[in-house]
Amino acid sequence: MNKHATSNLKAEKIVGGVATDQRHDSAHKHVSGTAVYIDDMPEPAGTLHGCLGLSAAAHATITRMDLSAVRAASGVVDVLTAKDVPGENDISPTGRHDEPVLADGKVEFFGQPIFCVIAETREQARRATRLAKVEYKELPFVTDIGGLDPRKDKLVTPPLTLKRGDAAAAIKAAPRRLKGKMRVGGQEHFYLEGHIAMAVPGEDQDVTIYSSTQHPSEVQHMVSHALGIPSNAITVEIRRMGGGFGGKETQGNQFAALAAIAAKKHHRAVKIRPDRDDDMIATGKRHDFLVDYEVGFDDEGNILGVDFMFAARCGFSSDLSGPVTDRALFHCDNTYFWPAVHAQSAPLYTNTVSNTAFRGFGGPQGMVGAERVIDEVAFAVGKDPLEIRKKNFYGTSDRNITPYHQTVEDNIIQRIVTELEESACYARRRREISAFNANSRFVKRGLALTPVKFGISFTATHYNQAGALVHVYTDGSVHLNHGGTEMGQGLYLKVAQVVAEEFQIDLDQVKITATTTGKVPNTSATAASSGSDLNGMAAQNGARQIKDRLTDFAAEKYQVPRDQVLFLPNRVRIGNQEIAFADLVKQAYMARIQLSAAGFYKTPKIHWNRDKGEGRPFYYFAYGASCSEVSVDTLTGEYVVERTDILHETGRSLNRAIDLGQIEGGFIQGMGWLTTEELWWDDKGRLRTHAPSTYKIPLASDRPKIFNVTLADWPEASEPTIHRSKAVGEPPFPLGMSVLHALSDAVASVADHRICPRLDAPATPERVLMAIERLKGEAKA
Amino acid sequence: MAKIKIRNEIHFILNGRDVVLSSVAPDATLLDWLRLDRSLRGTKEGCAEGDCGACTVLVGKLSAAGLVYESVNACIRFLGSLDGAHVVTVEHLRGQPGQLHPVQQAMVDFHGSQCGFCTPGFVMSLYGLWMRSLEPSDAAIEKALQGNLCRCTGYEAIVRAAHAISSYGKAAKDPLAAERKAITARLEALRDGARVEIGSAEARLIVPANVDDFANVLEQEPGATIVAGSTDVGLWVTKHMRDISPAVFIGNLDGLCTIAEDKGVISIGAGVTYTEAFSTLSKRIPALGPLFDRIGGEQVRNMGTIGGNIANGSPIGDTPPPLIALGARLTLRKGKKRRTIPLETFFIAYGKQDRQPGEFVEAVHVPVPAKGEKFAVYKITKRRDEDITAALGAFLLTLAKDGTVADVRIAYGGMAATPKRASFVERALLGKPWTEETVETAMAQYARDFTPLTDMRASAEYRALAAKNLLLRFFVETSGTRAPFQVSRNEAA
Ligand SMILES: Cc1cc2nc3c(=O)[nH]c(=O)nc-3n(C[C@@H](O)[C@@H](O)[C@H](O)COP(=O)(O)OP(=O)(O)OC[C@H]3O[C@@H](n4cnc5c(N)ncnc54)[C@H](O)[C@@H]3O)c2cc1C
Ligand code: FES
Ligand code: FES
Repeated sequence: MNKHATSNLKAEKIVGGVATDQRHDSAHKHVSGTAVYIDDMPEPAGTLHGCLGLSAAAHATITRMDLSAVRAASGVVDVLTAKDVPGENDISPTGRHDEPVLADGKVEFFGQPIFCVIAETREQARRATRLAKVEYKELPFVTDIGGLDPRKDKLVTPPLTLKRGDAAAAIKAAPRRLKGKMRVGGQEHFYLEGHIAMAVPGEDQDVTIYSSTQHPSEVQHMVSHALGIPSNAITVEIRRMGGGFGGKETQGNQFAALAAIAAKKHHRAVKIRPDRDDDMIATGKRHDFLVDYEVGFDDEGNILGVDFMFAARCGFSSDLSGPVTDRALFHCDNTYFWPAVHAQSAPLYTNTVSNTAFRGFGGPQGMVGAERVIDEVAFAVGKDPLEIRKKNFYGTSDRNITPYHQTVEDNIIQRIVTELEESACYARRRREISAFNANSRFVKRGLALTPVKFGISFTATHYNQAGALVHVYTDGSVHLNHGGTEMGQGLYLKVAQVVAEEFQIDLDQVKITATTTGKVPNTSATAASSGSDLNGMAAQNGARQIKDRLTDFAAEKYQVPRDQVLFLPNRVRIGNQEIAFADLVKQAYMARIQLSAAGFYKTPKIHWNRDKGEGRPFYYFAYGASCSEVSVDTLTGEYVVERTDILHETGRSLNRAIDLGQIEGGFIQGMGWLTTEELWWDDKGRLRTHAPSTYKIPLASDRPKIFNVTLADWPEASEPTIHRSKAVGEPPFPLGMSVLHALSDAVASVADHRICPRLDAPATPERVLMAIERLKGEAKA
Repeated sequence: MAKIKIRNEIHFILNGRDVVLSSVAPDATLLDWLRLDRSLRGTKEGCAEGDCGACTVLVGKLSAAGLVYESVNACIRFLGSLDGAHVVTVEHLRGQPGQLHPVQQAMVDFHGSQCGFCTPGFVMSLYGLWMRSLEPSDAAIEKALQGNLCRCTGYEAIVRAAHAISSYGKAAKDPLAAERKAITARLEALRDGARVEIGSAEARLIVPANVDDFANVLEQEPGATIVAGSTDVGLWVTKHMRDISPAVFIGNLDGLCTIAEDKGVISIGAGVTYTEAFSTLSKRIPALGPLFDRIGGEQVRNMGTIGGNIANGSPIGDTPPPLIALGARLTLRKGKKRRTIPLETFFIAYGKQDRQPGEFVEAVHVPVPAKGEKFAVYKITKRRDEDITAALGAFLLTLAKDGTVADVRIAYGGMAATPKRASFVERALLGKPWTEETVETAMAQYARDFTPLTDMRASAEYRALAAKNLLLRFFVETSGTRAPFQVSRNEAA
């Protein structure tokens, strides 16, 4: 970096501007093992290590906690319990005061942290943790929401209702109607780098925390509450995470708070890196849902009215369950116009770990519900589900009001689906598959094409703001900082491309720096796919401020009108002469021009009234579709994905290479969620799938045998987003739905496509086989 | 017997440099040692249980085929097992001066990393593959990556990179290839025929000099933990923090690493790894090839042994059922005394095997199916690869000239507290014509043989149903159908 001497002053284009395919800025470090994650940083001398002690009951009061053996164990320096929290024993991100740092006298899920051992080594801390003697008085507990009443049982946060029109009347008046229920499973994030925090105490109240978090500002606030000290004493820094996916939006707070408490107490650095099993047991996951639906439709498959109840397993506290269940409702339409709709959420309390953000944030669960309704209608009227999908798509000029009364202004789903249908040869393969199935007794093929529309913006409107800090040094090199965090999605790179483009300097002149609350304050989580939309704009704004000052300066110094100052690649044309960017900067510095700026951005147009269920929560929508074909073994339920075709759009992409990676990775992750990734609790309320040995995310050999991914080159954002690009983090995730529906299609073939398989997710081989059995039974009956 | 020389330190090579350690805990893992003692932090910990591959490194060892480098999981590999090996970590990779290694450059150029945390592990697995195969097929790449999880990329970019490696550099210029002779000589020099003993009291490890020495050591220390590939024992330490001292490392013992066929019986030494057994077994008993390809990931197969799989006694170990169906016999040894028993009788009850204190598994003897005998084994899991069995069925069938069942042996894993024969089912088949009707009748007998459990891998109902359906699958496969009778990843779509 900063080889500014080599910048080409005659170039027609800079290297690494927007809309170019750049490699991840850290790729060369990733492959050589030199990219530094928090656990790789050299520890300050005397660093201590923490390990959480977890509860062994799902719901109980603690009658006795004997930690003497723990304290006496070799290397143990301290054992923290609830009473060691100097400030507030709470890390509830929404301020509902329902989530203690350490449980105090009462535990609400199996695996809840109740104490934290601090020892000289991590190994010693782990070993000592096992010596605790804790006695419980067990209370009744509920882990599964199957037996709960979404209208009566305890909720962790207020529910939401969306309605447009009179759904009940529309359903009643419809020529045909049906009801059903679907289970949509949760999902463990399985970021490859688990949670970690290292707190380094400073003087006075100061503490610096290196935290693997998507939300440094929130870590700062939580540590502030837990320590009872002001935010200005706390600095939170993160250079990169080894994956986040939403799992590090709020879930890092606990580790950071405990590390900070211990660090301040003992005046030594403290690192907490939970073992993978503890990480999976003690941190939240994607919400699983029970979706109740009723739909009214006509013989052609036109849907006339829909009623949904989205009941979610939230766990013992609210965490982000409010906005997650809200977003499920916001996506219960997917790409479909519901002429009359009533949709409710029920964020249910359970004695399980508190569920949290996960790529899509409830949206995918809402869409899976919508797609089930489509499937039901298709089977009821005996048509290909794709036909029913297309029939019910949002219109462009009419039939375009969502259940939350936002008008869909940028609908392009028809074209996306039409193009994909063509390129994937849907019709031909549909025929081939029928022929294949007719001749194959045990192996059945299935095919499905599912669309995606995903709303972009945080539904909490105030979150839609971002800051950036841009410094230009006297050698012309640029230091860039912003509130977004890097978890592999290439955000740092994209924002650097934006800044390089703005100054018209080569990308290698822009130094990307670690996110820290000390440089850009009051940031929002890097979430809701908003990273480059928000931070790209903020950085652009910062760069423009400096550029403006440079322009003013050049115009004055060289006595030319402002419009004769042009930023060309690595140089500036001022009137008739061109000088190197670095030289202009140097001159500006000598003339005492400020070469640093704080950029800021807030998303325009959006608003949301939750009480009324009306507004414009989303700035725009991102679209895509996928088509998958599977083979299913009807004797065992085992399957393989034969082929997947994807057409997805990211507006005018900032970096197609990065976007393609997000789409491929998002699809596979979504497919995993709906197929092999299963969370399983035993009758004691203990999560038994808490390691990669029992929780199965996709492998290389699970990806489609043929995998064609295309980034549509024609769409552009209808709103003035950063260079008319669109968000890409979450929208590709629900593309995985086509695999679920292809499996469903294969299952349906055993009953001649006359019965809706009602295949729940995750569609493990077991669920597939059981669905096959049921259909065979029903077909005979 | 000649007196055994005793050495109180382990010797190995790390990234080309000699390492001598005189203080090694029996349960010290290679990963912790690399990261904490050597500050080599390119190798990552993702799970500490051999499942994610973030900790993948290569271990070069001298074998019959010369010096071979294999990918292993540093998180469950014990330091004590490395005596005489060359450990290569990501830090050792390099290309031409100032350049990345071809594997690394391909990964960069094809966008094979996003968050990058899994990446060093992928680089090492791909490096191991590239050393064996310059132009690997998709299937070979997938097999080499079964033990590497990536949550970001969806793998497509990584597979593209894997195909491109050879266009970034020549294998002959690869540093490990160039240094091959020198490293071989250095590793040979480390083989001094000594027994390694390190530590005292509650933290002791022993690396016996040879099999006889092992037999002696174990007689004297009947309570010792035998460690072969440590793919089970590793987790006792990293997950359950069990004490394994004194630990006896037997992975290096040439005498246990032989595989030979005599009169139609293949004898596999207890120290033979899955990888080492693969070529012989998949050639001689072809149905075992695809099964072995689905045991663990490459790293686990490079370390784990068939002997350990048997000795561990798990009801969900994948090798006992097929070996039982094949009529394998097991040789156990204590001191100089050996006994050979039918493998089936080794498994007494859950957690209980027919092995006396001081006794060890020396070899398993597997009869190759005779011509005309039909043998198959089917493994059912939630995820196709690198997953533990929910149910596994193995079938050996001999038909009489008249098409009736002359002999049949059926064994299952995952269906009972031990690997178990389906005796009622077998009885229902014996002497009957090998027809679908017979098979259907026999399927009703499964309920008498097995009452499986419900757990996180599968429900009892699913296990029962899928298990009996496997018999139907076996019938279809043996009846010479041309239509597909199961789904497959590697056949053309
Ligand atoms: C990620 C992962 C995936 C796996 N996947 C599978 C799978 O798909 N299918 C499957 O079947 N297994 C699987 N396993 C387990 C499998 O690798 C082990 O059972 C392995 O075969 C044991 O061999 P080992 O050499 O590693 O034994 P070790 O772990 O060294 O030892 C295992 C046990 O056997 C004893 N032992 C070892 N050798 C002897 C001997 N010669 N005499 C007496 N006792 C001995 C040990 O004391 C110990 O009790 C997996 C393991 C991991 C970590
Ligand atoms: S850390 Fe996951 S396999 Fe070793
Ligand atoms: S790049 Fe993030 S896990 Fe592979």
